[in-house]
Order: sequence, then structure tokens, then C-alpha cells
Amino acid sequence: MSSGVSRRHILKSLALGSAAGSVLRVIPLEAAEYAHRMIAAEKSTAAPTKAYTPKFFPAHQYKTLEALCQAIIPADQDSGGAIEAGAPEFIDLLTSENKDYQLALGGGLQWLDNTCSDRYGKVYLDCAAEQQKEILDQIAYQRNARSDRSLSQGIEFFSFLRNMTFDGYFTSEIGIKYLGYIGSTYLKEFPGCPPVPEL
Amino acid sequence: MPQILRSPQAYDVCIIGSGAAGGTAAKILTEGGLKVAMLEAGPALDPATDFKEHVWPYQLPHRGAGVGGKATADFTEFLAPNGSWDIPGEPYTNAPGSRFQWFRSRIVGGRTNHWGRIALRCAPVDFRARSTDGMGDDWPISYEDVAPYYDKVESYIGVFGTKENIPSAPDGVFLPPPRPRCTETIVKKACDQLRIPCIPSRLAVITQAHHGRPPCHYCGQCGRGCITASNFSSSQVMLPPAEQTGRFTLIPNAMAREILLAKDGRAQSVSYVDKTTRSEKKLYAKAFVVAASTCESARLLLNSKSSTFPEGLANSSGVIGRYLTDSVGSSGGGFFPQLVKMPPHNHDGVGGMHMYIPWWKYDRKNDFARGYHIELSGGRHMPGVGEFYETCEEAEGYGVPLKQKCREMYGTYIGFSGRGEMIPNQQTYCDIDPSVVDEWGIPVLRFHFQWGESEIKMARDMQQTFRDIVEAGGGTFYSKARADGAHPYGIHDGGVIIHELGTVRMGSSPKTSALNSYCQAHDVKNVFVTDAACFVSNPDKNPTLTIMALSWRASEYLLDQAQKGNL
Repeated sequence: MSSGVSRRHILKSLALGSAAGSVLRVIPLEAAEYAHRMIAAEKSTAAPTKAYTPKFFPAHQYKTLEALCQAIIPADQDSGGAIEAGAPEFIDLLTSENKDYQLALGGGLQWLDNTCSDRYGKVYLDCAAEQQKEILDQIAYQRNARSDRSLSQGIEFFSFLRNMTFDGYFTSEIGIKYLGYIGSTYLKEFPGCPPVPEL
Repeated sequence: MPQILRSPQAYDVCIIGSGAAGGTAAKILTEGGLKVAMLEAGPALDPATDFKEHVWPYQLPHRGAGVGGKATADFTEFLAPNGSWDIPGEPYTNAPGSRFQWFRSRIVGGRTNHWGRIALRCAPVDFRARSTDGMGDDWPISYEDVAPYYDKVESYIGVFGTKENIPSAPDGVFLPPPRPRCTETIVKKACDQLRIPCIPSRLAVITQAHHGRPPCHYCGQCGRGCITASNFSSSQVMLPPAEQTGRFTLIPNAMAREILLAKDGRAQSVSYVDKTTRSEKKLYAKAFVVAASTCESARLLLNSKSSTFPEGLANSSGVIGRYLTDSVGSSGGGFFPQLVKMPPHNHDGVGGMHMYIPWWKYDRKNDFARGYHIELSGGRHMPGVGEFYETCEEAEGYGVPLKQKCREMYGTYIGFSGRGEMIPNQQTYCDIDPSVVDEWGIPVLRFHFQWGESEIKMARDMQQTFRDIVEAGGGTFYSKARADGAHPYGIHDGGVIIHELGTVRMGSSPKTSALNSYCQAHDVKNVFVTDAACFVSNPDKNPTLTIMALSWRASEYLLDQAQKGNL
């Protein structure tokens, strides 16, 4: 509400609305926007400054999860990455409430460490950057299961984690800004499609 | 021990259900001078605190995915409250081979809090379908009987649209429509090439101040419930005027169980479970308006057994539960490269399509019965969970290239949803499951559902049309539909479109219908069923507007009967 409408102003317009004899319990637009903001503030339970304690994943797995999320959506010149967007917290919260996710992600992270141990003698986080890239490049594509069937469970896991990471990222403030979404606002009139020659 | 409490107060009318039908009846009956009590199976609603309008996903810990990600499959947790496929403690069952899904809302206002706001009139031909093609049955009323009530409903609730003179999509009393979005501009151009009509949609969203409600502010979030009541919901538009009369009593958390008869054969009281105390209560009234939703109304009547009506109240015909239908639904979409280049802009609009495709092939022979319309979606809406699953699945990989790919693909997809008419069939009905009760001890519904050959062929035609439009618009067609399998041509399971209706149908003959043309039970004159249970057919018109028109009409008739002392 950029015009700085005061609380008093809103209460006044609410009073006018009811005095005008509207049979409906509705409120003027300015008051509505104010009310929306108050509600949004109340409903917001996100506290990004506070250190997060994982609800489901043990410390080592959570660190691995963070590393994978950040690999899936890294920071670049245009925006921050998955960790900044709170994707690991989001994934941990949902997983703490869903047995299927616990199996898919908890088991998947374990699969990754087992596989890295077999191949490189170290768990994923302790692997060299090239080794991490090598295994991710293998489990990031369905087609690789055709040449190496032992990858299929890892591919399923990565595909599921990738979806959840994108969910977490593109429902975050930085993710939504990165996409260029403009809206969820108050317009007097809908402008329609901007004039673009291609359309 | 739960005790049976007799309500000390008698009402003129008891309405069961607070949605489109119940809300309309409450307004008309109270304004007409009657004293009305309304039972609602869910809690009261406070839009200011219960609706999540203008909340961003990152303001909710679950980001819209719901607890355990459970809301990702269908609707998000942003949906206006208490609408669900599964209600804990209130199951329903499916007979072997049936996969019917039943969406219910337990809240004041029911499903009108989050419905699609698509407000379409049935056409004259829709009321006399059997006379036209020999299938199903004609309604006992004509378009001319209902038209004045469409006028009244539209004038009161506010519907935008344009006069088009299309026989399959009658014009109404319209407010001006909003301008088309970019996605809709593309579809319109493609349709023009194919000579398919693409016209401003008709939605119960007000684009101008209307009866004390401020106009839409174009946030695109109607499904979350509207705090300014700029779209239609029963809770915000029908119930407040009823309350204003001082003759209206709303009883929330009241699950109707059985309607009981007096010795003279008239309905005398409704027995209900007060969910907050788990006690059994009774409410006495001179007349009853059953408006609990199509299947819930059928369930209540089937569960109201007596020596007079061993097969359920007002069911001497045996039709209650029969003639169940849902809309034929199938979806597809397209990627449109011209949308990649669109500069970021506000695409929100109202919470639904600004343009749609009404049924247009009524002038030719098709290989399926009746018709369908096409609803449009897509574009640069607020991102949510599930937004990029397809992109991830297709592009695969990870890292900056995939992140950029998602940004490039964002808003470039246009969705097409066909909604068509199903012909009632013998295999599709609901009855009482002989072995299951809900947590309130009330026997539950069992569904039997089967699509017919005509519906499958209609879904095939929908898929072909989506493809034609996408390709004419320069896009790449996408559809998960396959010709075979459990969902041929992408046809959704019964119930999924949430247009279930027909279970307590009206008709001229008491032998083949339960209600007369005023939604009054043939067998019990002081019982009315005014929700979509009364429909005779399921035209390709989303049912809510017709529900309100029929409930308004039935309520005026009820008032008239009350004034004549016939109740």
C-alpha cells in the first residue's frame, strides 16, 4: 500500500461502507489491501534468519541434501541458488510428514553414499568435485539406466529430488523474482496483453 | 451418553446445505417472510482469516504443497478451506471396477467458496435432448421456464460476458468482460483460422461495483476465496441478505442423518448429528429444502427409511441414486514459442479464463452424442508447486542450464480442458453401502460408474480439436492421453470434474422421477430437492448457474404454496 493509507483511514472507510447500507459484509479496496497485508503477515511463519534444525534428515544426510539441492539449482549471475531459496528446509519439512518421501529421499541419499563408497571409496560429500559431477551426470538422465541398470534407483531418486528442489526454488521469493512473475496485486482495470508484434 | 435433544423452536423451512442451492433458497425464502433454519455439515467461515488470497507461497511453510506434499496432486493448500476428495472419518466406497471420486466441502458456502465461477446457461435444446436425439430424457421444463430465473440470478450475483447469439450458449444479463490475456489472444487467432468460435467467457466475477460489492481487483486468485466478495460465493453473497432479514438461523457442524415423517405422511423433522458435541438433535419445520449436494442429498433420502418409504424417502419410483452423471473431461495443451519472447507483464486477470470455446458443432453429424465446450488456462500465473515437473522430465540434467530452461518455459504453455455431456446409463448410480458407516454412524454411499462409448468418442474428438488449435496457433501439442488403457483419450474418472448430478431427478411422471418441475417431491409435498440432484441431463454447461436458477424458481414456488396454506 504505497499511498500510506492510515489505519484510521481504513477504519473510517469501513464505517462508511456499512453506513451506506450495504447488505453485504464487504470492504472497500483500500481496506481490503490493508487487511490482506495484515493477514499475510500473521499467516507468515517463515523465519529465514533463524538457523534451521532439520525435522527429518540426520545432520550428515541434511548436508548432502543441501549440496544436491545447490547442485540442481546453483546461484548464478541472475539470482541465488536453492539453499538461499529455502529448498532444503521445504523438502525436509514435507519429508518429515510423508513416509513415502522418507523412503524415496532418505533411502536415495543412502544409495548415493553407498554407490560413491563403492566407486570412489568415500561418501558423496567427501568426494572430489569431478567425482561428484561424474555420479550426478549419470543419475540425472533416464537414458543412462539403459546402459547401466544399476543406476536406475539412483535416477528415480534424483528425478524426484529434482522436482522437489524446483518446487522449493520457484515458490520462493527469489525464485519467483527470477521467473519474472508480476502480479498478486490490486488493479483497477486489467490491461490485457501488452502490444507485441509476434501476437 | 449422547442424548436426543428436541429443538424447542419450530421453523417454517429447514434448508439442508449452504452452497449454491441452499444459499439461494435461504435468500428467497427469508426475504419472502419465512422463518428459516439452515443445517451445514461443516464449520462457519470467516473470509478475512480463512481465505489465503494474496498470500505468497513462501509465506506458508509448505509453500502450497500441503502437509506431507498431499496437496500437490490436485488442488493446492491455497484453495478456499475444507474442500477435499477425502474427508477423514467420512468415507465413501466404490463397487468393483468403479473409480468414482467425490469432492466435498464441509464449510458454510460449500463448494461455492472455491468453484471455477464459470456461469453458463443451458441452451433450449439441452432441456429437450430426448426429443432431439432419442437418448436420455427431456426435462419437464423448457428453457423459457428457466430463462427468467437465469436473468434474476445473473442480475443479482453479477456475471461478465458478451452477447454472441450462439444457439448452444444463450446470452445472459452480463457485466463487461475483462480484456483477453496473451494466451487467449493466441487461441482466438488460431480458432479464427479454424472457424471455431472463441468468445469472452462467462464468469460470476464482477467487473463493476455490484449491489454493494467492490469490483474485481484482478489478482487471479478466485479459487482461494475472495475477501472483497468480488466473485460469487453463497457464503458472501446469498447468506448475508438472509441474515439481514432477522429470520435466518444458521446451524453449522450439523450433519443431517435422516428426515422423519409425521403420521400424516408429511416430513416433520430432520435428525442430525451435532459434530461439536457428538449429540443427536432434531429440528422441526413445516417444509424441508434438501440442498446438500447431488450425492449427499441422495444419501440423506436413501437413509431416510420408513414403513411408508422402505427404499428411502420420496423414492417410490426407485430412481433416487440413479441417473448419476459427471461431465466428460479430457485435457491437453501446447507449447507456444511466441510466448517465450513475451516481456514480463501482469497476466493474472480474474481467477479463470477470459475467453472460452462454446460448443460449435451442433449443426453437423458427430460420432458422439451432444456437445462439449473448451476451457483455457496457462500463461504467466503465480508459480506454484508442480510448475516445472514436465520441463524437468523433458530436459533432465541439473544446474544453471536447467534453471534457465525453466525460466524460458515459464508461461509458454496453454492448457485446454474439454467439458462435455454424459448420457445417463444403467451401470452408473450410487446406493447405500450395506456394510460401511461414517464416524457419525451414518451409512455411506457406494458408487458405480462407467463411461459409455459416446463419452469415449467425445474425449477423442476433444483431443483432436486441442491438437488442431495448438498447431494452427504455431504451437507444439502435448497430451498424456492414450487411445487405450484405463483413461482412453485422457477421459477423467467419474466425479473428477465435480459436475456430478442427476440422482434425484425431476420429471412429469411420479413413476420415473422423484420430483416435479418445481423440485418438489412427488411423494412428500413438503420436501424439495433444489441442488443438482434434480437435473434430468448433464449438458456441457457447468451446473452452478442452473442450480441457482432452479433453486430460486423452486423457492418462489414454495413461498407461493406457503402463502396458500399448502404447507
